[in-house]
Amino acid sequence: MGKENTNNKHDINRRKFLKVLGGGTAVTAAAIYGCGRKGLTSESNSALGEVPTDKMTYRTNPKTGDKVSLLGYGFMRLPKIPKKDGSGDEIDQDTVNKLTDYAIAHGVNYFDTSPAYCEGQSEHAMGIALKRHPRNKYFIATKLSNFDPKVWSREASLEMYRNSFKELQVDYLDYLLLHGIGMDGMEALHGRYLDNGVLDFLLKEREAGRIRNLGFSYHGDVKVFDYLLSTDIKWDFVQIQLNYVDWKHASEWNTNADYLYGELKKRNIPAVIMEPLRGGKLAQLDYKSTEILKRYDQEANAASWAFRFAGSQPDVLTVLSGMTYMEHLQDNIRTYSPLKPLTNKENEALEQVAQLYLSHPFVSCTACQYCMPCPYGLDIPGIFSHYNKCLNEGNYSDNVKDENYKKARRDFLIGYDRNVPRLRQANHCIGCGQCRPHCPQHINIPEEMQRIDKYVEQLKRNA
Amino acid sequence: MLRKIRITFASIFFVLITLLFLDFTGTLQVWFGWLAKIQFLPSLLALNVLVVIALLALTLLFGRVYCSVICPMGVFQDIISWISNKTKKNRFRYSSALNWLRWGILAIFAAAFVVGISSFVALISPYSAYGRIASNIFAPLYQWGNNLLAYFAERADSYAFYSVDVWLKSLPTLIIAIASFAVIFTLAWRNGRTYCNTICPVGTILGFFSKYSFFRPQIDQTKCNSCGLCARNCKASCIDSKSHKIDYSRCVACMNCIEKCNKNAIHYIPARKTETVEQLPNDVNSSRRKFVSLTTLLALTSVLEAQQKKVDGGLAVIQDKKVPKRNTLITPAGSLSENNMNKHCTGCQLCVSVCPNQVLRPSSSLSTLMQPEMSYERGYCRPECTKCSEVCPTGAIHKITQAEKTATQIGHAVWIKANCVVNTDKVDCGNCARHCPNGAIQMVAIDATKSDSLKIPAINSERCIGCGACENLCPARPFSAIYVEGHEMHKSI
Repeated sequence: MGKENTNNKHDINRRKFLKVLGGGTAVTAAAIYGCGRKGLTSESNSALGEVPTDKMTYRTNPKTGDKVSLLGYGFMRLPKIPKKDGSGDEIDQDTVNKLTDYAIAHGVNYFDTSPAYCEGQSEHAMGIALKRHPRNKYFIATKLSNFDPKVWSREASLEMYRNSFKELQVDYLDYLLLHGIGMDGMEALHGRYLDNGVLDFLLKEREAGRIRNLGFSYHGDVKVFDYLLSTDIKWDFVQIQLNYVDWKHASEWNTNADYLYGELKKRNIPAVIMEPLRGGKLAQLDYKSTEILKRYDQEANAASWAFRFAGSQPDVLTVLSGMTYMEHLQDNIRTYSPLKPLTNKENEALEQVAQLYLSHPFVSCTACQYCMPCPYGLDIPGIFSHYNKCLNEGNYSDNVKDENYKKARRDFLIGYDRNVPRLRQANHCIGCGQCRPHCPQHINIPEEMQRIDKYVEQLKRNA
Repeated sequence: MLRKIRITFASIFFVLITLLFLDFTGTLQVWFGWLAKIQFLPSLLALNVLVVIALLALTLLFGRVYCSVICPMGVFQDIISWISNKTKKNRFRYSSALNWLRWGILAIFAAAFVVGISSFVALISPYSAYGRIASNIFAPLYQWGNNLLAYFAERADSYAFYSVDVWLKSLPTLIIAIASFAVIFTLAWRNGRTYCNTICPVGTILGFFSKYSFFRPQIDQTKCNSCGLCARNCKASCIDSKSHKIDYSRCVACMNCIEKCNKNAIHYIPARKTETVEQLPNDVNSSRRKFVSLTTLLALTSVLEAQQKKVDGGLAVIQDKKVPKRNTLITPAGSLSENNMNKHCTGCQLCVSVCPNQVLRPSSSLSTLMQPEMSYERGYCRPECTKCSEVCPTGAIHKITQAEKTATQIGHAVWIKANCVVNTDKVDCGNCARHCPNGAIQMVAIDATKSDSLKIPAINSERCIGCGACENLCPARPFSAIYVEGHEMHKSI
């Protein structure tokens, strides 16, 4: 009984995490925690046991010899609290400090941010949290996020770069990335980094030692990826989206991770992994998938499988996770302390799960918030997250005759109003398309909004 | 025994009628909507001859049981009086009837009816007054209670309760409701059924008939010792214990006296004689009046501007929509015309209470005070909903089907060029056209010679039914770039 209680508690924590993504319901799987520990009972200790402080798996950066923890801390989904003046939310700095201290104490040493994250507040929060630790205890990664054509000029881009030092309170950066290469193709690459001489500037900065490692993060057009690898620039690392769904089944606009990883491996470039959970969606699997995975490990939860997959590739330097809650952090530290690489059988099982995942018409939103704020007030990630959640839980039915139609209708509509304020729902999308270029997953947001709106309208009319 | 039967029935009627005003899920109205339709004035307004005859027959048979069982306002006063009785027993005493006041008010009421001063009718009609109190005072409390449960349900991942918006539909109506509540409460707390026997027009009419009722409480003079206990417990103040007489025009057949009498001297038994009916005032006629809105002036520019994107995340601020100035007010499909609404509506607020789309609200204009009007700032009249037409007890909104509704033109959309985001923000939109359930809006290129020209809406007024989907979902704020003008006379398209 005691054990079950602990497990339930864990479920709720995972759920909270999903809530941040706008979702928020029980994990389908009765996710049981902690892989392969034996001899623990609820009487002697918690079923989860202590979180190990000295067993983290490290990977070596071939250029600098940095020992980088396999778990990297992404600062894109930081916890928030309401501002005192009631005008929205701000980053909960106390919690961020606590999470950072805990991460460092348990062996995590790679911290990833960007000037654009968390409404532009992420770097500042990281600066405060890390300043409290010796500079040689961690590696900072940030990005040059000059997406907006207004900051494509050399001056504006360099201003953004220099501001990162200020916000992070450092005099050198361990890792710097050209941010979101591939979005908007070659044109954006030229506009943002090549024609204005910003890349040349960054290479000089690397020589000067203010950037220890220079790389890029990639989404989208594979031409840009291939082009950057074909130049004679020496890339110290590249950040790619890798998980067991994207490995062989990336969305049309994107590139399969096995190709990307293979190209990097050929050139001996270490890979930094983003979206190991595909925006949290691989942390909650449907009934069938859970059944498949339980055959291999009765205790492991869905998220740990995804992390083991990402970490099992030997040339992966670190796997980023945007951890909002202590429980995710602990969960992920456990998974990588130390990493148990996947067996071939387990890889096959995950491929089956990937196939099941693809059989649902999910919107591939990872709630990265790049599209936000929508000028017309929509909560784009919130809408997608609710829709995906309902799909995942089987609360989706477009046929009045379906057995569970009534329940699906009620849960979908009530949950919709709970998760997304009425004025921010899909029917307010006017289709202006201003969000589209910002989406690293290349979702046709207006089209998806209209699809979801049609479904909602159908439910409301009960037809 | 008779008193217990009365209390049992009264409680059932009272709770169910009150719930009609409180239940926002639309479930109870399906089963118990008829309770509103057997109310005296609403059935009179609906020209529901059968119900009126049945109620008169009931009164001729048993006295004013309507007043003590069916009428929610009557039962509501009994409840207040009952609580008051806990603090001060035997507090009533006999008083003679104020007939000039009763008949005077009835005469004014009938005149107001004929002339069409519907706000006065709504003000003193018992069912309307109770409806106003229930929908303006009880309903928000009920909804807040529900929202509290929904709050906990959400945290328990249950879909058993969902949260509803509690909003101020009309300040004048709320003030009138609070005033009505205060007056009724004071009168009932001090003197029981004063309202019923001096002001209430229904009480006066039924009182006239109950004088001739077949069954009635009667004092057995051989047993009565004139102790006066009955009179001191008569909330209608109608027992003259000294002369052993009961004023049956005021007696509401509550049976309290029968139970109180120590000597068993009062019995509810057939009277010796009964008499017949006379003509009732009907044949109402009202003149059409101009709608004078209290709403603010229409601003010509849209304030919303696309915000510059600099960083990720956050939500754009959404301004509240404001009510546009409409030349003609919009009334729900089924109400046929402004004229029909004026003639039949008693302002009971039942339709306003059940509207699930936050469209209906009581009018604030003097001539249509407390009657329902539509506006689309918070929602629009959804095609699948015919709730208001189902519950209306007075024939102000006739029952219609979904099919009839989608073919009833209650107004038409008007485009305001200066507000449209296509013009102000230079973006593609078409949200009005996309959501028009009747396909009455077409997006047309501004410049047909260019293939990538922006498109503006063109409204086919003949197909438009005035549901307000376009107005509600228009991104221009606070004033929509497309709004609905009501029609005085609805038409079928």
